[in-house]
Amino acid sequence: MAPPTFADTRAALARGATTCEAVVDAFLQRIAAHKHLNAFVHVDADGALSAARQVDWQRAAGHAPPLAGLVLAVKDVLCVRDWPLSCGSRMLSGFRSLYDATAVARLKASGAILVGTTNCDEFAMGSSSESSWHGPVLNPRAEGYVPGGSSGGSAVAVAAGLCHAALGSDTGGSIRQPAALCGVVGLKPTYGRVSRYGLVAYASSLDCVGPLTHTVHDAAIVLDAMAGQDERDATSVPTRAPHVGQKWLHDACGLRLGVPEEFFGAGLDAGIQEAIKNVLDRLRAAGAHVRSVSLPHTRYGVAVYYILATAEASSNLGRFDGLRYGYRPEGHENMNLEELYARARSEGFGKEVKRRIMLGTYVLSAGYYDAYYAKAQRVRSLIRQDFDQAFEAVDVLVAPVTPVPGFRLGAMTRDPLQMYLSDTYTVTANLAGVPGLAVPAGVHENGFPIGIQILGQPFDEARLLQLGDLIVRLLGQ
Amino acid sequence: MYEAVIGLEVHCQLKTHSKAFSPDSTSYGARPNSCVDPVSLGHPGTLPVLNRRVIECALKLGLATRCRIARRSVMARKHYFYPDLPKGYQISQFREPICTGGFVDIGRRIRLTRIHIEEDAGKSLHDRDPHATLLDLNRCGVPLLEIVTEPDLRTAKEASVFLQKMRQLVRYLDISDGNMEEGSLRCDANVSVRKASSSGLGVKTEIKNMNSFRHVERAIDHEVARQIRVLEAGGTVTEQTRLFDAAERQTRQMRSKEQAHDYRYFPDPDLPPVEVTEGMRRAILLTLPELPDARRHRYEEDLGLPAYDAGVLVEERHIAEYFEATHAELVRVVRDADPAACAKVVSNLVMGDVMRALKENRGAAFALAPERLAELAHLRMAGKLSSTGAQELFARMSREDGSAAAVAARHRLLQVGDEEALRPVAAQVLRDHPKQVGQYARGKRTVLGFFIGQVMRRFDGSPDPRRVRELLLLMLDEKVS
Repeated sequence: MAPPTFADTRAALARGATTCEAVVDAFLQRIAAHKHLNAFVHVDADGALSAARQVDWQRAAGHAPPLAGLVLAVKDVLCVRDWPLSCGSRMLSGFRSLYDATAVARLKASGAILVGTTNCDEFAMGSSSESSWHGPVLNPRAEGYVPGGSSGGSAVAVAAGLCHAALGSDTGGSIRQPAALCGVVGLKPTYGRVSRYGLVAYASSLDCVGPLTHTVHDAAIVLDAMAGQDERDATSVPTRAPHVGQKWLHDACGLRLGVPEEFFGAGLDAGIQEAIKNVLDRLRAAGAHVRSVSLPHTRYGVAVYYILATAEASSNLGRFDGLRYGYRPEGHENMNLEELYARARSEGFGKEVKRRIMLGTYVLSAGYYDAYYAKAQRVRSLIRQDFDQAFEAVDVLVAPVTPVPGFRLGAMTRDPLQMYLSDTYTVTANLAGVPGLAVPAGVHENGFPIGIQILGQPFDEARLLQLGDLIVRLLGQ
Repeated sequence: MYEAVIGLEVHCQLKTHSKAFSPDSTSYGARPNSCVDPVSLGHPGTLPVLNRRVIECALKLGLATRCRIARRSVMARKHYFYPDLPKGYQISQFREPICTGGFVDIGRRIRLTRIHIEEDAGKSLHDRDPHATLLDLNRCGVPLLEIVTEPDLRTAKEASVFLQKMRQLVRYLDISDGNMEEGSLRCDANVSVRKASSSGLGVKTEIKNMNSFRHVERAIDHEVARQIRVLEAGGTVTEQTRLFDAAERQTRQMRSKEQAHDYRYFPDPDLPPVEVTEGMRRAILLTLPELPDARRHRYEEDLGLPAYDAGVLVEERHIAEYFEATHAELVRVVRDADPAACAKVVSNLVMGDVMRALKENRGAAFALAPERLAELAHLRMAGKLSSTGAQELFARMSREDGSAAAVAARHRLLQVGDEEALRPVAAQVLRDHPKQVGQYARGKRTVLGFFIGQVMRRFDGSPDPRRVRELLLLMLDEKVS
């Protein structure tokens, strides 16, 4: 039996057909039965059940919180008070959070029940969920293939029906890409729409917290509960329309869709191209105006991303030094300070994290700053301008999420550059700060899910969600 | 002959209630690691949010030193690894500081390169435990302003005068305690020497760890002498950082240029640029107090105070303001007041009794409200108080309620000056002592002293003896003739 969406659970609760406790209990059993997927790194069964009972009491007392019955998993890069926080890294061994991330706190306050934290690439650096200290996450929809990353655990938890929704983080595609590879919905909100307070920073100017869900409706619900300005995050933005709401489209009449030509060049899998063409045909039939647009600086996206993201990462990860918390190397009592730093960071961080710290340290070094960091910032402005110009002519952009429908476990771990290039369709949204939604768009001939990406203007998530919902319905999924 | 070329980097700890980027308290001397929330601890996921008060402080100092204020300045990260720096970087400003240009007048203008905002690091305690370094992270994130001068200073003395001027300024602006011993004012010096005839710059060294005005003077003097010795011996000065050792009274090498850090500055992506609008600038300008130099000039020119008085009175803002409040009150109550005369009376009282009492009470609070001091000054101006009487009245008033006149009357401190009070008493004395009046009439003028004594006794010694003497002479002459 297919696991329930939040809408299903809500209806069942309203009918009196179930309780939150029973819902949580069912999910906990599924989590236990799917341990082999390695989607979760921490499950708080007792906490979840007791939270569920509390929500049931509130419901009985007539004070049901708005998200009563929502069972949520959280990517292991978001702080949940008193829970272990590892970021998929050995570096944070034994660390527990002192506080709730703002997104987590808001969801808790709305009645969401947290079941556990999900596995991911170490410090959210990766596109395959293979670089976690806790081992790789498996894709339930494509055996032997990666689930995507870095929010692979969250995507798998939703795809395998281990929770209604999961939070992920998206710095260069880390929500949208695993959502696409696992056949679920993933939303990267506008930069600044959801507070980053309590999200362990990878690349601060790119990081976004967003939901992964079965349905577009659920994504809207979760986004609404956690979005909004936060006085603890100076980059969070007060929005004119704080809520995306639940208004859905009957057709696509009047919608102006742009198809960025740079996203359909060499390297795009034919099956994915075919699926997107199919979606566009149906949207056209539903009344949409579809036209080609150009985002000419797209080809610099990956290079710019890997300069800026690694520069920020090298700075953000400086705090992990083994001194005040986290991993301490054996024999640390007899080490001098320099040795302790070197050993803790060499042993505590994995290969990919160290690679990115080295890259980022290099691009910020005296004498290289202008050639790399400063130049990348200038190109970032051009990429942003590309989007601004495109959005003068169209309302949203429709594009693939990934160039290929997935790759085998271990296939790219020896070729990081190839892995980086697979981010080509997702990184520009982060660089421009615009929102992006991945929704399922059919099944590849090899049986793997295909995702389609909808990119919109800043704070226009409502329109992305409406279009995403329409696509799902047009495809009869 | 050699000449020293000195530039200073002054760190001034701001007197805000909360930290630069978190709501933590900034209280000095709190229990170690008690003012630390997850933000101060740099815990994963935490973010800095700039305290608006810090911008205001920077604007105050920038405007007071005539700096250009950047409409948009950028917070940057400065990276280095040290246990008391929990994030692995310090939030500071680098390429685009909030204030540039400007100057401080120490008799001549010392130009400021820049003033920028940054956060403090924690404290490493190396001497408390023989086996470990202890960390106190309370100071992490405490806001600082860094003031950087051009290499305009020429002597250690000038450097010390500049620092004292800086201290006075930040205290006037009420943005810092300016206390070098407690570390709320800290200073590094860049020192080089050159032939007096030359205009180029020699190789500089940076001296750190000077925590009193005297240390600054000594350290610079020492370093200048050391560099001259090196040059005289045919050597070259090498660029390096040196630590001042107060006990040994010398500087020693901390690190060479080759060991210098690459701080990998870049704009902090967590903090939007600091925007200063014209409105903000103007609002801060309006809150600026009259600054010490302007005030001293006014005291000398408008109030006719001697330069010495003016200098003492303006040294601390609260004393200058107390002086002015008292003076204003005195001018208000005295009929046809001469502001200059009033100023000198008040100045004497403030520099004497008031400051003495402040020192005894460790500067806690003023013993008398300005209105009450003005009453006292009024009595003094009217000749109703002797200088010792004024001193005693000040002491009494600081312990007792009531107006100056009432307290003075209670303790018979008033000099009885008017004839109406003296004349009947004097007449009575003359009536009571006909024998002595007779002696006076016969030419024995020395009995005058006896009469004066009798009158004084009946007033408990408070009348002005000169006035009594004049009155008695007049009355005796009337009687005798």
